[in-house]
Amino acid sequence: MQATGIQTTVRTGTLHLEGVTKRYGTRTVLDRVGFDVAPGRLTGFVGGNGAGKTTTMRIILGVLAADGGTVTLDGAPLSTSDRRRFGYMPEERGLYPKMRVLEQVVYLARLHGFDKADAAHRGTALLTELGLGERLNDNIESLSLGNQQRAQIAAALVHDPEVLILDEPFSGLDPLAVDVVAEVLQSRAARGTSILFSSHQLDVVERLCDDLIIIAGGTIRASGTREQLRAQHSTLRYQLDSPGDAGWLRSEPGVTVVDFEGGSALFDVDTPDTAQRVLREAVGRGEVSNFAPQHPSLAQIFKEVIQ
Amino acid sequence: MKNSSLTWLVAEREISSKLRSKAFLISTGILLLIALAGVLIGGFSSKSPTPDAVAATSQTAQIVNALPNVKVTEVADRAEAEKVVKSGDVVAAVLPADDPTGVVILAKDQAPQSLVMGLSKAPHVEILEPASTNPLVRYLVAIGFGVVFLMAASTFGSTIAQSVVEEKQTRVVELLISAIPTRVLLAGKVLGNTILAMAQIILLAAIAVVGLIVTGQNEVLAGIGAPVLWFAVFFLFGFILLASLYSGAAAMVSRQEDIGSTTMPLMMLVMAPYILVIVFNDNPLVMTILSYIPFSAPVAMPVRLFVGEAQWWEPLLSLVILLVSCVGAILVGAKIYENSLLRMGSRVKLREALRG
Repeated sequence: MQATGIQTTVRTGTLHLEGVTKRYGTRTVLDRVGFDVAPGRLTGFVGGNGAGKTTTMRIILGVLAADGGTVTLDGAPLSTSDRRRFGYMPEERGLYPKMRVLEQVVYLARLHGFDKADAAHRGTALLTELGLGERLNDNIESLSLGNQQRAQIAAALVHDPEVLILDEPFSGLDPLAVDVVAEVLQSRAARGTSILFSSHQLDVVERLCDDLIIIAGGTIRASGTREQLRAQHSTLRYQLDSPGDAGWLRSEPGVTVVDFEGGSALFDVDTPDTAQRVLREAVGRGEVSNFAPQHPSLAQIFKEVIQ
Repeated sequence: MKNSSLTWLVAEREISSKLRSKAFLISTGILLLIALAGVLIGGFSSKSPTPDAVAATSQTAQIVNALPNVKVTEVADRAEAEKVVKSGDVVAAVLPADDPTGVVILAKDQAPQSLVMGLSKAPHVEILEPASTNPLVRYLVAIGFGVVFLMAASTFGSTIAQSVVEEKQTRVVELLISAIPTRVLLAGKVLGNTILAMAQIILLAAIAVVGLIVTGQNEVLAGIGAPVLWFAVFFLFGFILLASLYSGAAAMVSRQEDIGSTTMPLMMLVMAPYILVIVFNDNPLVMTILSYIPFSAPVAMPVRLFVGEAQWWEPLLSLVILLVSCVGAILVGAKIYENSLLRMGSRVKLREALRG
């Protein structure tokens, strides 16, 4: 968004799902799914196998028809030409094995409406950014799995989509490649793209995403910004590290020690005031190298909400 | 971007990926060479053989010269004629004689049939119901159209089937249909393969025409010209019909290994005209029926036109039937294709594919 506050040509595209339902026979795989994917933000979509992530993404792309509910972009129902400005990375990867990397990416850009020269220019730039600059004219099938994955990401991004839907974009990538892809996604988000991505790698999601959606059994269990979710699920848990023995904590009223080793302890308190009292007590007993409230990790929140 | 230009884009990719296959280029090259060799061999063998040397005196030289395919060696008298016949320099000698034919033939050890026939006086024959075409030529023309149809339809039918399954098997199809409508994808694939198939047919026809001209078989050329054009038109729509059905059938499976299970019935439909037309090429009733059935019309109608059995309006009527079936096949093929494309794993049942 521009600081002037005037709605100019900045690309906006809030993707809004409401009441999206999908049934296969008598089995309901999506039950009134609703959430927002805001422009300029990375939205993580987390759920176990069979939770409904892929089905939801396919419905957003129009590859699959929903039995009920709506998907809108800036309040308007999605049209085919809107969807042509979407970028998609399906869970099931695949490109033409006997096509050259650049040729493949250029072809997809042209299917999205770019002319030949423009598509070639964009394809070359993007593949180079993704570290495939040396492999432009190699057949897809001759690339390593990790490089095929990069080509797949290029295929989703080459037409500079307004909305990006990425199904497990990090699976099969080595840590270095995860960083490359994460950077590319963050730079896209900074330019105003709305990005929804699913992942099993909760640590990556935790590091990257601004917003989070947790789905289980076809229903949305939690959604909001990362901070909101953390605050909602935070407990009064603290970590204390000191050179001395922290055994005295056990006898403090209102304190439950969760983990203890020498001068380090992880403990829950009944009120924030108790925590302050413990800190004063600890300082009084000697040096304190660390005293910190503990935020729940995404993995913990995830386990909690899907139960 | 308009759907028509997207269709062209898909067609372009189909064509370029096929043209990049060495196996395809080599097999096409071999096919064209076989066609060229066939036309040339046919041409040279039907051409007049080397003329026979025949001896004649000054009185008979004119009669002998009038016969086809002979070369006259003039001799002075009977003695000299006997000498050259015995030595084998000439196959026979024609000398004046007093009997009703006016000549006598001297030969070494057997009567020279063509010469005897040529010099005999045969009664004039009036044929009331002329046989339209030499049965052998009719048979060869039927085989020719049949083989070309079978080769082109099965080659490019299975090409489109493999291409559909490749997109499903590699899962690239999900990416494609998130970018363009399913029908555009299907139309592009059918268009691309139809262009390839037609290009092959036109190349074959061009080779046949050039070969016939080079070997001087203008008579055959004049007779076959119109049927070849009709064949091309019928093949065009016949192939679009088959390609649509092939695409639908292929979309029902997810792996190349399973293609056979759904495209086999179509393979039968491609084989049928070839076999039936060859077997029944001398049975006018069966040929008439075959020339109106969309699958066999591309072979049967040109054969009937070649032998002159079809009225001028018949190919037009048959073409209308073909066009209507073609539209029907496109609708059915597209329906199956759309409903089966994202269903991975086991084979999609036909009933489910049609219902959606």
